[in-house]
Amino acid sequence: MRWINARPSNGARLALTLAPFALVLIAYAMGSAARLADNANDKLLPGFAGFAEAINRLAFVADPRTGDYILWADTLASLLRLSAGLGISTLIALIIGLLIGMLPYVRSLLAPFVAAVSMVPPLALLPILFIVMGLGENSKIALIVIGTLPCMVRDLAMKVQELPREQIVKAQTLGGSTWQMMTHVILPQILPGLINAVRLQLGATWLFVIAAEAITAEGGLGYRVFLVRRYLAMDVILPYVIWITLLAFLIDLALRKLSARLFPWSVLKEG
Amino acid sequence: MVEIVIDKVWKEYGDTVILENVSLTLKDHEFLSIVGPSGVGKTTMLRMLLSQEVPTRGQILIDGEPIAGEPTDDRGVVFQRYSVFPHKTVLGNVMLGPQWRGSAFLGMLFGDRRKALRDRAIALLERVGLKDAINKYPQQLSGGMQQRLAIAQALIMQPKVLLLDEPFGALDPVTRKSMHVLIRELWNERQMTIVMVTHDMGEAFELGTRVIAIDKHRKDPHAPERFGAGIISDFEAKPRIVRDSARFELSRATVTPPAPISLIKRSSPWRPNRCTSPGS
Repeated sequence: MRWINARPSNGARLALTLAPFALVLIAYAMGSAARLADNANDKLLPGFAGFAEAINRLAFVADPRTGDYILWADTLASLLRLSAGLGISTLIALIIGLLIGMLPYVRSLLAPFVAAVSMVPPLALLPILFIVMGLGENSKIALIVIGTLPCMVRDLAMKVQELPREQIVKAQTLGGSTWQMMTHVILPQILPGLINAVRLQLGATWLFVIAAEAITAEGGLGYRVFLVRRYLAMDVILPYVIWITLLAFLIDLALRKLSARLFPWSVLKEG
Repeated sequence: MVEIVIDKVWKEYGDTVILENVSLTLKDHEFLSIVGPSGVGKTTMLRMLLSQEVPTRGQILIDGEPIAGEPTDDRGVVFQRYSVFPHKTVLGNVMLGPQWRGSAFLGMLFGDRRKALRDRAIALLERVGLKDAINKYPQQLSGGMQQRLAIAQALIMQPKVLLLDEPFGALDPVTRKSMHVLIRELWNERQMTIVMVTHDMGEAFELGTRVIAIDKHRKDPHAPERFGAGIISDFEAKPRIVRDSARFELSRATVTPPAPISLIKRSSPWRPNRCTSPGS
């Protein structure tokens, strides 16, 4: 049989899925054990016991100085920044993207401008934001909005223009006004695309959150990672990285399920 | 009564002439089929009737009034594909137009008006054979059912003319036959005017009461874009007088019950004698 036709059974598929994860874990355990055998105080590759101790200290024991549970406080701070930034950006992108995609006048006015702005590297603007808006939350949220907005606008405008021309003509023969077509034909059809655009921007958003927190913050996942870097505290950094990854994965999954639940027609296959 | 007049219409894109000097008068309750080779301008002609495109010169009139410069609800359309909205159910698709007409801002009707519209939509869906699918989404339907839905969605607006752009081109032959029956029945029931573009000659003559062929009158081998297409043949496939007399016969047959055979025999002096039994 050709390889292109060979499919793994369910058991084999599960084993194959888990194999790379297991391999990384095993490689880490071996490296860690070797280093700890040389030097019991090694900080670069701590053992699993070291992780458990650090996670316990950060997640389940109140910080003696502030009384907070550090992991949860950091998570809340970062998620608030992430959702505020991404929420504002999504709302603006939806309105501007819809108008650019629908109305030739707005397209002529804004499409080239958005295309140009999307080429500006957002992190290079971070110093400007800090100077103009101060070091507080506003500048961090503004960074996320500036970083994700142009891409989402272009993505949505393209989604609108990808709708078959026939549909728009048909809607007009049904007497639809521009407003009625926007609210009943175009908007409902690009909402699944909007959720997809948010999913695609999640990675970039995390990048901006952590970059902003690394420079200045009072707390947050990125802040903590960069803070403990000074003490080579790999036992904190690695669990934080895994936790951030897990959060990103869960948000993505939730958005995907939400889209399928809200827009059942969007997951139907052409039949 | 609907009369469509195409008055010396030209369509050009820059130096390329697509249609040149097309004139046509279409009376009420005609079924016009437009045939012609691919890429010659059949669909352009339909799009101009729809105002999806505007003639470069000349004008199109319906009932003596020039048509609007953009698609409006006096002209319904069914395309080969993408004629229905994938995010609305079958019933939602049919109820959309009247809801827009009745409610400018929300685009939704409530209460008794909604109930009345719903009943009307369901009756129409039953007529086109989609009663069991009213809560399905278009992508759960077969190609033929999607086209039935597109027709119902257009007809509920009671347009003056229904425009069909190769509506059955993507369907298998059996489905296509049943669609032919449906569209001919609807055309008769509603006494409406239909303009259909097709590349299927058989279909054009089976459905059309009038068939026009579009092609280039002249060709310049060095500059093929120099001359546009026009009507090269205009054929009355089902002459109005024949249709009218057929309808008259039909109505007479249904109004006066047929007389008993024996009665005809006796009271028909012009019938040959051999019809009656030799003994009488």
